[in-house]
Amino acid sequence: MNLNLKLKVWRQRDPNTRGKFVNYQLKNISTDSSFLEMLDVLNEELITKGEEPVIYDHDCREGICGACGLYINGRPHGPDSLITVCQLHMRKFKNGDTIVIEPWRARAFPVIRDLMVDRNAFDKLIQEGGYVSVNTGSAPDANGIPVKKEKAELSMDAAACIGCGACVAACKNASAMLFVGAKISHLTLLPQGKVEARDRVLDMVTKMDELGFGSCTNTGACEAECPKGIKLTNIARLNREYYTALV
Amino acid sequence: MVKLQSRIPEGPLAEKWSNYKSNQNLVNPANKRKLDVIVIGTGLAGAAAAASMAEMGFKVKSFCYQDSSRRAHSIAAQGGINAAKNYQNDGDSTYRLFYDTIKGGDYRSREANVYRLAEVSNDIIDQCVAQGVPFAREYGGTLDNRSFGGALVSRTFYARGQTGQQLLLGAYQALSRQVKKGNVEMYPRMEMYNLVMVDGKARGIIARDVITGKLERYSAHSVVLASGGYGNVYFLSTMAMGANVSAIWQCYKKGAIFGNPSFIQIHPTCIPVHGEDQSKLTLMSESLRNDGRIWVPKKKEDALKLQKGEIGGVDIPEEDRDYYLERRYPAFGNLVPRDVASRAAKERCDAGYGVNSTGLAVFLDFKDAIKRLGKDVIEAKYGNLFQMYEKITDDNPYKNPMMIYPAIHYNMGGMWVDYELHTTIPGLFATGESNFSDHGANRLGASALMQGLADGYFVLPYTIQNYLADEINTPRFKTDIPEFDTAEKEVQDQLEKLMDVKGTMSVDTLHKKLGKIMWEGVGMARNKEGLKKAIEEIAKLKEEFWFHVNIPGELNDLNQELQKASRLADFIELGALMARDALHREESCGGHFREEFQTGEGEALRNDKDFTYVAAWEYKGDDKEPAMHKEVLNFEYIEVKQRNYK
Repeated sequence: MNLNLKLKVWRQRDPNTRGKFVNYQLKNISTDSSFLEMLDVLNEELITKGEEPVIYDHDCREGICGACGLYINGRPHGPDSLITVCQLHMRKFKNGDTIVIEPWRARAFPVIRDLMVDRNAFDKLIQEGGYVSVNTGSAPDANGIPVKKEKAELSMDAAACIGCGACVAACKNASAMLFVGAKISHLTLLPQGKVEARDRVLDMVTKMDELGFGSCTNTGACEAECPKGIKLTNIARLNREYYTALV
Repeated sequence: MVKLQSRIPEGPLAEKWSNYKSNQNLVNPANKRKLDVIVIGTGLAGAAAAASMAEMGFKVKSFCYQDSSRRAHSIAAQGGINAAKNYQNDGDSTYRLFYDTIKGGDYRSREANVYRLAEVSNDIIDQCVAQGVPFAREYGGTLDNRSFGGALVSRTFYARGQTGQQLLLGAYQALSRQVKKGNVEMYPRMEMYNLVMVDGKARGIIARDVITGKLERYSAHSVVLASGGYGNVYFLSTMAMGANVSAIWQCYKKGAIFGNPSFIQIHPTCIPVHGEDQSKLTLMSESLRNDGRIWVPKKKEDALKLQKGEIGGVDIPEEDRDYYLERRYPAFGNLVPRDVASRAAKERCDAGYGVNSTGLAVFLDFKDAIKRLGKDVIEAKYGNLFQMYEKITDDNPYKNPMMIYPAIHYNMGGMWVDYELHTTIPGLFATGESNFSDHGANRLGASALMQGLADGYFVLPYTIQNYLADEINTPRFKTDIPEFDTAEKEVQDQLEKLMDVKGTMSVDTLHKKLGKIMWEGVGMARNKEGLKKAIEEIAKLKEEFWFHVNIPGELNDLNQELQKASRLADFIELGALMARDALHREESCGGHFREEFQTGEGEALRNDKDFTYVAAWEYKGDDKEPAMHKEVLNFEYIEVKQRNYK
């Protein structure tokens, strides 16, 4: 069964120009297509008509690079759980649907054009201490650092973050607490990351505020929309680490 | 006339790398500060190299086309990374990893390089654990392993089905630390369009700012390529959409030699193609073959019913299933190397036993594993892969067997490099998937991550010093010299030419045409006629492209169609070189299967007498045929045999 759709797509020339929704009609979209393949069809039509295609970020198209991020019908990554836009398939929509497509909206993620935003702020957060300071060649034997299986699993749960920014986009305050909480958890749960835990959490939280991310009010929208199922408990761990570091 | 010198150090195999390091030139700390290195790409090889060199004290400029260095396509590697730790006490050793890799590569790689790779593999695991990579653990806190194709031991370290992601984040975080320290300047959304050479040496690049469309100039004492693979020449592949050949192709056109361009890996377990609008293929990790069993029906009438959708895989009784890998290769069974598994799937589907509507799929079945281990265990091991499969296909793989088919996944070919990872252009190095060096004609699973990180962390940061030690008196220089003017003008002219075509066909339409030619003529099974036809068709497509391509928008602006068109122009030329390379190699080896050269049982038939060499191609001009040079491979420590996985 193929779909006929109406799209309302956010078009914005650059960060300083006012954007607006533009309507498009699409016919005969296969339900087996992914959402981005549907946008490919739209762009193909626009190019044929001599119009400029809709600009958006995407790369791996298998849900792991974190490049794609669209606000679809009011939800980051659209109407399915635990996936990115590239894994969203058109079978989640019905014939005749109107689909509203917007970029992430957050002060720390300015729009570059159309649906493409600048997420450099996430890189700046990691640069502030989201690592273990170990130079190449100075590591002890891998099994010399035993890690309890449960801790390793919890750490992996947090490390699964793909840096897409859905948490920020979902949050009414555009807070980056889940992103930072995930990195703090990933490293703090491991013996390797404990040494620098205090400085890391203080520096990352300070930077988060500086970059214009908002505060957390524990509504949990971030967890609900995270494509990798990163849990709110990571924010609790971040808070705990932060207050411990302050005393 | 190019002379290929592999520069393999003297001495016994096991001592070559230590001998090299003991005798090579190093750069002292005060001089390192004065030397700049450009690194193209931020995948495992690029990020690891940039971070490690910055830690040593070099000044690094790191480029990627993505919006963040964390998104390089190494991130998508699923299954794991090999190392000869022998933590499982199952008899693994450096020699065994070396042996398996050479054999897996069908005896078309360089012994000394592969031995070094096996040697540093253990250091990689140590390094990654120290960085906080959350590898899978046993209850006692030690590291867990699993098995991958082409090996009789469990030497694969993994982090669920996201090993590439976790290793890349480790390297990305190490890189981020150096950015903070001011030793690395990051240039995201910045794509290399040309190599700048001064006095015959690589001295800089011309890059295009993806957002503004402006061309920019960057100088350095050395340029390191870590730009990944070129599988997108087939349009459909498991590569990221942006992955391209352009960085290495510009270097090839400036004189760097290209090694074994036609050696492509076709991965046996990918989700089958669904339709015409499909933009990319998704891999299902090789690790699934630890527990999944691959089969097709024994009876053709069952296959026909499956193809018509009248029955499902679960409706076919055990005795009517043909577990063809277990039947043909009892010793390795479902864990034969990728090239062997891919060809076996194609053979069954071509014979009419395919199991989906297109007839181009086989089953990967977890029924027995779920019965043996329980659903929970399977979920813990492969949960994210099963979820991914279900999201894409809308089918539950816990209940119904998965459907899979081979797809383009990796290129063993790439920039020709010597033992030091130095290309034939002085000062230009190539690492990771962008070089040809370690995997011969077929790469084993979990070895790409190993090679990327080996090159990036442990090999290049040493070998590059042997070159840079002679550059300590070269001061930093400005980019307002004629060499940069010329290189920039070349790019400007090419981009203007593209914009001026103003045709009627979209880039994707033309790219799909190229993909079809490549898949049919230079794909899983190749023959003389097909390759000759492909070369002709590519020549025609090249004309069509330069006559009909339609690029909307402006030259000096964010223009994704222009980006794609520019990459496609290079892919078309690469396609012709690949076909030429495949045509000349009149033997079957690894992923390169020539139908004329097979055993009675349909296995690849090598011709060691005439083809034990690396085909090294030299660019001679747009209208001229490239010249082929040979690097003869000598096997001193391994007996060259017919590969046998039975």
